[in-house]
Amino acid sequence: MSELLATQLAQSAAPAAAPAGARAGARLALGLRRTATALVGVAALLVVWELYRAFGPVQGVEVGGQRVLPRADPRSMPGVGEVLATLGEPEVAVPGARTVGVAVLDAAAGTLRMAAGGWLLGSAAGLLLAIAMQRSRLLERGLLPHVVLSQTVPVIAVAPLVAGWGGRLALTPTLAWQPWTSVVVISAFLASCPVALGALRGLQAPGGAEQELFASLAATRRQTLLRLRFPAAVPFLVPALRLAAAQAVVGSIVAEISTGTRGGIGRLVLEYAQQATSSPGRLYAAILGAALLGLLAAALVSLLDVLLLRGGRGPGGNP
Amino acid sequence: MSTPAVQVVGLDQRFTTASGEVHALSGVDLTVDAGAFVSLIGPSGCGKSTLLRCIGDLVTPSAGTVLVGGVSAHEARLAHHYGIAFQSAGLLEWRTVQRNVELPLELHGVGRRERAERARHLLDLVGLGDFAGARPGQLSGGMQQRVAIARALAEEPPLLLMDEPFGALDEMTRERMQAELLAIRERTGTTVVLVTHSIAEAVFCSTQVVVLSPRPGRVVRVVDVELPTRDEDAREHPAFFAAITAVREALRGRTPLAGALHGEDR
Repeated sequence: MSELLATQLAQSAAPAAAPAGARAGARLALGLRRTATALVGVAALLVVWELYRAFGPVQGVEVGGQRVLPRADPRSMPGVGEVLATLGEPEVAVPGARTVGVAVLDAAAGTLRMAAGGWLLGSAAGLLLAIAMQRSRLLERGLLPHVVLSQTVPVIAVAPLVAGWGGRLALTPTLAWQPWTSVVVISAFLASCPVALGALRGLQAPGGAEQELFASLAATRRQTLLRLRFPAAVPFLVPALRLAAAQAVVGSIVAEISTGTRGGIGRLVLEYAQQATSSPGRLYAAILGAALLGLLAAALVSLLDVLLLRGGRGPGGNP
Repeated sequence: MSTPAVQVVGLDQRFTTASGEVHALSGVDLTVDAGAFVSLIGPSGCGKSTLLRCIGDLVTPSAGTVLVGGVSAHEARLAHHYGIAFQSAGLLEWRTVQRNVELPLELHGVGRRERAERARHLLDLVGLGDFAGARPGQLSGGMQQRVAIARALAEEPPLLLMDEPFGALDEMTRERMQAELLAIRERTGTTVVLVTHSIAEAVFCSTQVVVLSPRPGRVVRVVDVELPTRDEDAREHPAFFAAITAVREALRGRTPLAGALHGEDR
């Protein structure tokens, strides 16, 4: 009997348990291949850019007064080398001024801080909303459509309003509403929606048998939440948190631009766009910073995935 | 005489659904003696699962009383008086087999060391001692169901409720599991109430088979089963076939053949 079971298990577990080393190797190879593909994609884009600059019409192409192809002059399309060179230039013509590259990195770090704050706040709010909606059908019916609809609110219009309300909030002097607080709040607003929806689906995932089991064990609501609903929600939460991170970054950048908050990449994009005629490379340097910021945010959340899925559920939890 | 393990009197169950009111159970009286193995059998939709859920206080009856171990079903549930196993094993996939068995103990504040010890013992009992660290997803259906039974027995409850626990298994695994269930019961002395739609399963396992009518479910007949042994040979014994005939006749709404068995008509 137990021999039979052992064979059964060996058969079912074999592909999963087999050579762990070989699997890790295969994963690494896959990772490298994906990175290489991504780099080739970026390189191809740069080549197309440079080719158009070299051979494209300087005045662009117009059809019936509408420009359908951009101008290929250096002001409209700075070269890749030019943009990279911009990074080393001093930002202002004053001795000891920081370089554009440092300014971009500083701004990216500033936005990352605000986006991280927004992501944390928004994720917490989304999770609480999901728990509330899971507890009460009435709340679910009342709130869920608003959560979904909230994503259609144009952030660019609401951001100045939030900044306005915040300025009028009577907080203590030490807790005064800072300009960046508005950015964090707007970023949190955008981040909360995917978390609320994902968490709600996850919390509602346990089926009838599991719920009856916990009822038969006279488990409290708290125990059911912690030991059944939360663990069941993890596979739903991970993609939701990833989406929330992207939303938080976009939300921060848009909110910075729209409220004019200093210290972030959004504001820098705005400033450098105004200098586009004198130094066209700068705008692209700032956009490069924004792209790096997005990649960094995605990488940080992936790290969290590993912790939640591997650490929280143990090896082999999600074959 | 000791307190019956389960005592159901005048149980009535009505549900309101979108398509109107459903009368699931009507005037059900049932007594399960301590130490008995009672099967509930009846046509699909006769309310046998509902009856089991009323005993487990997972469903509140519309009328009538349910006593479990002499107290109300509600109190019995809060006192962890019974363990339950469903047709779907309902294991938590993020926990190891052992931690699944530990769940009831964990919820009721049993210490880590004692939990692990009890879980190991129970896994040995159901023949899965070597799989404590496996994930439910790595086990076959029969093995998962065994884990669910071990979990139901974790707190050594005086009563074990089972809702078609072997319904999703193939015939051979099913018969093996029935024999194992009887062996476990032999060792633990637990009272069992089993919902099944297999006549053979009901007869092989039970000391009493309770036959329910089509909806609204009523108790049609209680067939006492006396088999000389409860091993695989019992499936070939004339008494086994006679009991099967009696249950089948009751399900078809016929009076039993003269002198067939010790059944009593209701």
